[in-house]
Amino acid sequence: MTSTVSTTERRLDRIRGAVEARAHNARTIAALTSNPGCARRAVMDAAGVDKARLASHLGVPAPYGQSQFAITRGNAFEAQVKADGCAELLRLLRERLHLPIPEVAYDDLDEVGGNASRELRHARSRALLGRAATGAEDAGTLFDHPLLRLAVGGRWVYLEPDLIAFQLAGTFRVVEIKSFAVVDGQADGDSVAAAAVQSAVYVLALRRLMRDLGHDPGVVSHDVVLVCPENFANRPVAVLLDVRKQLTVLERQLSRLARIDTILDGLPAGLTVDLVADEAGAPTRSASEVAEALRQVDARYAPECLATCELCYFCRDEAQGTTSALGRTVREELGGVELVDTALGLAAGTLAPSDEQVEAAAVLRAAARLRIECLRGAA
Amino acid sequence: MSTLTALARAQAASTAAAQPIATLRHVHISDRPLVFVPLMLAGEANAPLAAMVGDRSAAPTLLVVPQPRNRDLRFTFAGELADLVIRYIDGFRGVTEAVQANRGRETRYRYVQAPQVLVPNPPGVRFVRLLGRSTRLRRSYGRYAVDPSVPLLGQWLTFLGERAEHPGSSMLLAMTEALGMHWATGQSAVEDGNLAALMGWIDPPAGLSATVAAAAAEDPLTWPPAGPATDPTFDNEVLAPAIAAYDRAAGDDGAQRRALAALETALAGQLRPTWDLMWRAVEQLRRLPEGSRVASRWAADRDAFTSYATYLQEGGLPQPRRDSAVAAAIRLDRLERAQAAYDAQRALDDPLVMAEYRMVGEAFAGTVVAAVPDRVDSSGPKRKLRPHITVLTRDPVRLEPGTSVVAPPRVQQRAQIVSLSPVESGTEVVLELSGGMGRALTPAPGSVPALGEDLCYSALTESYQPPGRFPLREETPWTHGGPPQEYVPSDDDAVEEWS
Repeated sequence: MTSTVSTTERRLDRIRGAVEARAHNARTIAALTSNPGCARRAVMDAAGVDKARLASHLGVPAPYGQSQFAITRGNAFEAQVKADGCAELLRLLRERLHLPIPEVAYDDLDEVGGNASRELRHARSRALLGRAATGAEDAGTLFDHPLLRLAVGGRWVYLEPDLIAFQLAGTFRVVEIKSFAVVDGQADGDSVAAAAVQSAVYVLALRRLMRDLGHDPGVVSHDVVLVCPENFANRPVAVLLDVRKQLTVLERQLSRLARIDTILDGLPAGLTVDLVADEAGAPTRSASEVAEALRQVDARYAPECLATCELCYFCRDEAQGTTSALGRTVREELGGVELVDTALGLAAGTLAPSDEQVEAAAVLRAAARLRIECLRGAA
Repeated sequence: MSTLTALARAQAASTAAAQPIATLRHVHISDRPLVFVPLMLAGEANAPLAAMVGDRSAAPTLLVVPQPRNRDLRFTFAGELADLVIRYIDGFRGVTEAVQANRGRETRYRYVQAPQVLVPNPPGVRFVRLLGRSTRLRRSYGRYAVDPSVPLLGQWLTFLGERAEHPGSSMLLAMTEALGMHWATGQSAVEDGNLAALMGWIDPPAGLSATVAAAAAEDPLTWPPAGPATDPTFDNEVLAPAIAAYDRAAGDDGAQRRALAALETALAGQLRPTWDLMWRAVEQLRRLPEGSRVASRWAADRDAFTSYATYLQEGGLPQPRRDSAVAAAIRLDRLERAQAAYDAQRALDDPLVMAEYRMVGEAFAGTVVAAVPDRVDSSGPKRKLRPHITVLTRDPVRLEPGTSVVAPPRVQQRAQIVSLSPVESGTEVVLELSGGMGRALTPAPGSVPALGEDLCYSALTESYQPPGRFPLREETPWTHGGPPQEYVPSDDDAVEEWS
């Protein structure tokens, strides 16, 4: 088993090349599960490839960036909630969620003795969280920045520790601080949904840690504490968010993520998208060389990737002419036919349907007939 | 997404040109709409940064908040916007018309015109709603007093925001949605959310193909986002230094004026491309012939406008923070009925929309192949004229015998499906007609579809659907929290933080 893992690790390291691996966070894991059938994404993420840098080098930079205003505001809000040993957070937990918290210890696990490897930091988080689960002290504990890890595609990935785990009377809760506003009890649905999935990633990682330590994973609550600014002010408000549904989806998707070994077995041995830089900081390998390598790994592009994956423009270009580039529902409505030209050929009756296309072809021909009939007079 | 729309997208992708998915325009486009392109500061709930607003394409007004985190400057912005918006709205409160209601027993009056606000996209609508929420509860007296126009602006924006949820209303429209109802592009719905890309497909600049135009639209340098979110690179490289320069110039009037001018130039550069796109989109929509039922829906908008204007004139309170349980249920019921009526109306107006129902067997079109126009039903105590016609259709019919259907040009005449029989060239549907044929036992000339006439029947109806029945406010059941307290805006609401 050890040898398999190290073979896998070696192959992934080779794919990434002589550059440092990118860390995962709850957001990237959440995104990963939104398209679990994409081998390209699974391999790049498992190998810790810097996809943003890769996309830039390929001449199709990712369409995201973060405004410094948003970052400043997010940091300021988080700092406010956490100030003075999380005083504000404790007030919310007591007053809004009616948790009977007598007194609280605060452990910042951000660093272990100055600088520390992730392994060391994880070990310390593990030890402290484990001790809290065993001890039945009355006092609650807030664990800031615990470094958790999760197995993704058969490989451990560490999660950026932007969370607080809160322990009270043997029950753990994940606290997620977000800077989108809750106005009159309502928040933007997309933001809440994204926060729920990200929190679920932490809940899952925390539960697996408890399980591995021999504790009941159920000590980690499926209710996460979401802290957001209320209305148009900076005053925080806390709500409980039930992430049971997200947990189910997450667990299913993670188990469905084909084990990375199986995908790697189908790839050429020397495959690499190495972005190792020259003295001037530019990648030494040409864009076409890297693109050629990347194409060896199958992608499954859908327009939703535009919001979640740095490689989206590369894959979109590649998906030109396919029905899935127009959207999953479009593809379904076109009878699952893969190519736009095939769908149009079937609709026009100029292409003979294969056996499994007979039904789709009949529907497409009917649709084409209706469009012609209705547009004859108009336009 | 239906197969017809999906096919239109495939055709658009293959021909590199947007394809129509409607033959008529289903939204009202005013002769004088107010185009409103807002920008907000990233990371904040609702911090206005700038806006381009106006009712003439050649004369936009630029409003800028030089330091969006400054509360006073925000309210200055709100005041300036209020002046513009309220002046625009008041411009429609001149001429009224008499409307007979309740079968002629009552007469009410409504304005012959109404305001129409156009924003680029659904987040723009959300911005209007939030700006309404953050301003309508303010007061022009007491602590943190604001200009009286500010809460009034809030009430109007809230009204418009609520109206935008009403299916078929055209008072506040998101342009990407208005366009998307009429054209299918060769890209996905996600990409259609970018107004510049969408317009690139529908109306590419001369000499450019739609695909090239849509691709170019994704470069935020040429086509800044249509708001309210800004381009993060613009934020970091242009906006942040410009705001910092403004802050640094505090106390030095000359320097601050120069810093403000630089900010205005930068923000105008972000807004102007979208402003121009909005007016091009208005022209595109105007070119489509208007559906025959658009006017009646706009009349409903004018009714809503008239009654809200009257309510405000009588000193009406601002909308509460949250609806009470009964009010929310009544509203939901109203929206559901409006949605059903709107769907039916568009299909009855537009054969291409009706085709969606034909695809799934809920409507059928065909030719009259047999008719017994003078058939009389004498089974009951009174002899009744009940002609039969047979329609041959190629459509897959999934309606059951006994279903009542109508055909668009003959909506007064009900037809009941008597039988369906498959034949070699499709399905023969026998229909029994009633109504719209005069009072005699022989039909008035032309009132029964003639042999060879083409018709399209469906079960869609735009007839009045009675509202659901709900308890009175004071009888709200305990399951829904019991009778709610009457909402009265409080002092706390008025001085709420806006930071």
